[in-house]
Amino acid sequence: MARIAGVDIPRDKRIEIALTYVYGIGRPLSQRILADCKIDLNKRTHQLTDAELVAIRNRVADVKVEGPLRSEIQMNIKRLMDIGCYRGLRHRKGLPVRGQNTKNNARTRKGKRKGQLVQHKKVEKK
Amino acid sequence: MARSLKKGPFIDPRLEKRILDMNKAREKKVLKTWSRRSMISPDFVGHTLAVHNGKKFLPVYITENMVGHKLGEFAPTRTFKGHTARKAEKTVTRTGPRK
Repeated sequence: MARIAGVDIPRDKRIEIALTYVYGIGRPLSQRILADCKIDLNKRTHQLTDAELVAIRNRVADVKVEGPLRSEIQMNIKRLMDIGCYRGLRHRKGLPVRGQNTKNNARTRKGKRKGQLVQHKKVEKK
Repeated sequence: MARSLKKGPFIDPRLEKRILDMNKAREKKVLKTWSRRSMISPDFVGHTLAVHNGKKFLPVYITENMVGHKLGEFAPTRTFKGHTARKAEKTVTRTGPRK
């Protein structure tokens, strides 16, 4: 079982993809890490030698991933909220932060529809 | 799109001058300003500025964390007090079977 940066145990996938299971590693960073460690992208996780795994682990230790990365992001958001700037207010209200329209859509930030609308939509379908 | 670094931050020259004068004189007065577009520079820290929101001036106390933001970000221009409560009547007609 390969364990990198804590709890992540991807196995039968190509190592390039498997690394992206770590929070904070995407395809580009994954490719850069493997290039630095001189490992073939197409190798599967279980085909890696122990030496290669160690190399990857050491390289991943240089980047901020998982817990520390999450807390950094939360700290940035908290800063915005604490200084009371516009972006902070939007975070507090759970509305889109970057000037998107909120007349319709914006469901990712607003969450599931609530209130009467939901009810009478169902009725109208009949 | 972000502003080109080449140009440096934009601060209204008039406002900047007034702040620097106050720093020199070691004064702390509340300055009224319409210049919402000005970036907050480290010189502003500790002052209170009254930033226009289109209707009135909102006092903004500048802290270190605010450096790099624009003044306008701290004086909201819109008021939203929430939607009107839905009438009970409407609910009854809407939820009933359609004829």
